[in-house]
Amino acid sequence: MLAFIARRLMIAAPTVVLISMLVFGLQKLLPGDPVLAMAGEDRDPAVLEALREQYRLNDPVAVQYATWIAGAAQGDLGVSLRTRQPVADLIAAKAPVTLQLAAMALGFALLIGVPMGVLSAVKQNTWADYLANAVALSGLSVPNFWLGIMLILLVSVNLGWLPASGYVSPSEDFARSMQTMLMPAFVLGTGLAATLMRHTRSAMLGVLRADYVRTARAKGLSERRVILKHALRNALVPVITVSALIFGELLGGAVLTEQIFTIPGFGKLVVDAVFTRDYAVVQGIVLCTAVAFILLNLAADVAQRALNPRLRDAP
Amino acid sequence: MSAAVAEAVAAPRRRSRAWAKLRRRPAALLGAALVLCFVALAALAPLLPIASPIATDWGAVRAAPSAAHPLGADELGRDILSRMIWGAQASLLAGVASVAIAVALGAPLGVLAGYRGGWTDAVISRFTEALLAVPFLILAIAFAAFLGPSLTNAMIAIGLSSMPFFIRIARAQTQSVMTEDYFESARAIGLGHGAIIARYVAPNILAPILVQATLTVATAIIAEASLSFLGLGQQPPSPSWGSMLNTAKNFLHQAPWMALWPGLAIFLVVLGFNLLGDGLRDALDPRET
Repeated sequence: MLAFIARRLMIAAPTVVLISMLVFGLQKLLPGDPVLAMAGEDRDPAVLEALREQYRLNDPVAVQYATWIAGAAQGDLGVSLRTRQPVADLIAAKAPVTLQLAAMALGFALLIGVPMGVLSAVKQNTWADYLANAVALSGLSVPNFWLGIMLILLVSVNLGWLPASGYVSPSEDFARSMQTMLMPAFVLGTGLAATLMRHTRSAMLGVLRADYVRTARAKGLSERRVILKHALRNALVPVITVSALIFGELLGGAVLTEQIFTIPGFGKLVVDAVFTRDYAVVQGIVLCTAVAFILLNLAADVAQRALNPRLRDAP
Repeated sequence: MSAAVAEAVAAPRRRSRAWAKLRRRPAALLGAALVLCFVALAALAPLLPIASPIATDWGAVRAAPSAAHPLGADELGRDILSRMIWGAQASLLAGVASVAIAVALGAPLGVLAGYRGGWTDAVISRFTEALLAVPFLILAIAFAAFLGPSLTNAMIAIGLSSMPFFIRIARAQTQSVMTEDYFESARAIGLGHGAIIARYVAPNILAPILVQATLTVATAIIAEASLSFLGLGQQPPSPSWGSMLNTAKNFLHQAPWMALWPGLAIFLVVLGFNLLGDGLRDALDPRET
């Protein structure tokens, strides 16, 4: 397994380098002089030149990239133009908020998507199957920021059951934290529940036709035991892979959800950075999400190999 | 009859079978009808007897739905029905144009990677993996941020972010075509690379690209609405469903109808493209009967 992980990390390395080149290149293609933005009102040529020297902007582009990527590899993603704080610190401060939101959303997605997928497969071509498919398709088609607004309108404005916005850390007040995150997590998890439902259904349909399921039925096991113990356990292997990939997408979806519910996470950080043209923060976030996505992919592959003995000997 | 000629005869037959299969799927037809309705509304917007989407009416600020404003009015007294219809133009245009950009860039790159193999394939594949490693919306936001906020730039950003999906499909399909007998026959009779790609590769990758394009239009419409919602797409006062929702969220207490209609429109048009895409995928899948 260790050799497999090492091999996968070596394959991932050029991908990370390419992303870093893309992210760095995008900033270099921008019109205008970043030093003017940093200097603000102060247009003294000496100050501008000092800033250029300080940020090594007089170096050739290749040297600038090498300096930036060497720093990034050691956790130095540069300094925010807006707050003058290190980008890595900003991301580290916001990441737990988004991770909490994404983990709760994934929980919702699994709780809704997997049972619906199982039901849909077991009751294939019945009204339950059609209904589950219709719900899944609706989940895929509804823009989650609109769903968020509608839920705020219904649950917060009209019924007053949950707060419409804000964030409380679980270490500060766990119950209050769950209350504030319940609606955003549900909104973020809906579309993913639909994706998981489709994958679970497809995997279950394949497994339900397998010989070992027929054998289990022939042995006289109850249908419940056949489905839960023999079919679902095997069908869950591809679902785990999809869940890991979905977690990466959750980071993207969190941008809008955090904006609607005013949650001070990763997503809000990127939107604020975009509007203040704080490109160092945008670069840092893109690079971090890409690395997280690659590591999640790897974790999914490792989990799949651990769960499926037939894959263990594969290269 | 050579394998190449047999393939040329079989292709139109496959297309007519696919059309017959598509017509037997009510969900796909419903999807097509939804899409056509919105396309017709968007195309006929200048001819319809509706108010100007940017004309303000201070006497109708946040007015509830009435005979004068069937879907209500927004915070500047602008008619929501009119803004919805004109907003359909922006959303559909963004959806279709960004997918056109993605296909125009992605399909040739995918064919090139699959056809040439070797280093060309390795470079294009690593580039594709790099783009796919960044979550779609984050990538679109990053491109839009660097390009600047406008509808055109949002389309380019979404197109660039969707491009890797088409590179992958075109590459896989090209590699699959290259294992077929008719491909070998075409090479054996001495056809040039350009002719082989135009006559045998392109027609065979068209169906999966079409299915993916239909489904990606749905994703692109949501992405455009998302970017406009964040203020990175269509700029005021021009209407777009995403920017209408962005404004509406500030008036949920006073004018909830401002938030209802644009979201419902996005949902219906995306549902239409998803239904149509699913139907096309089933109809064009040779394993489906």
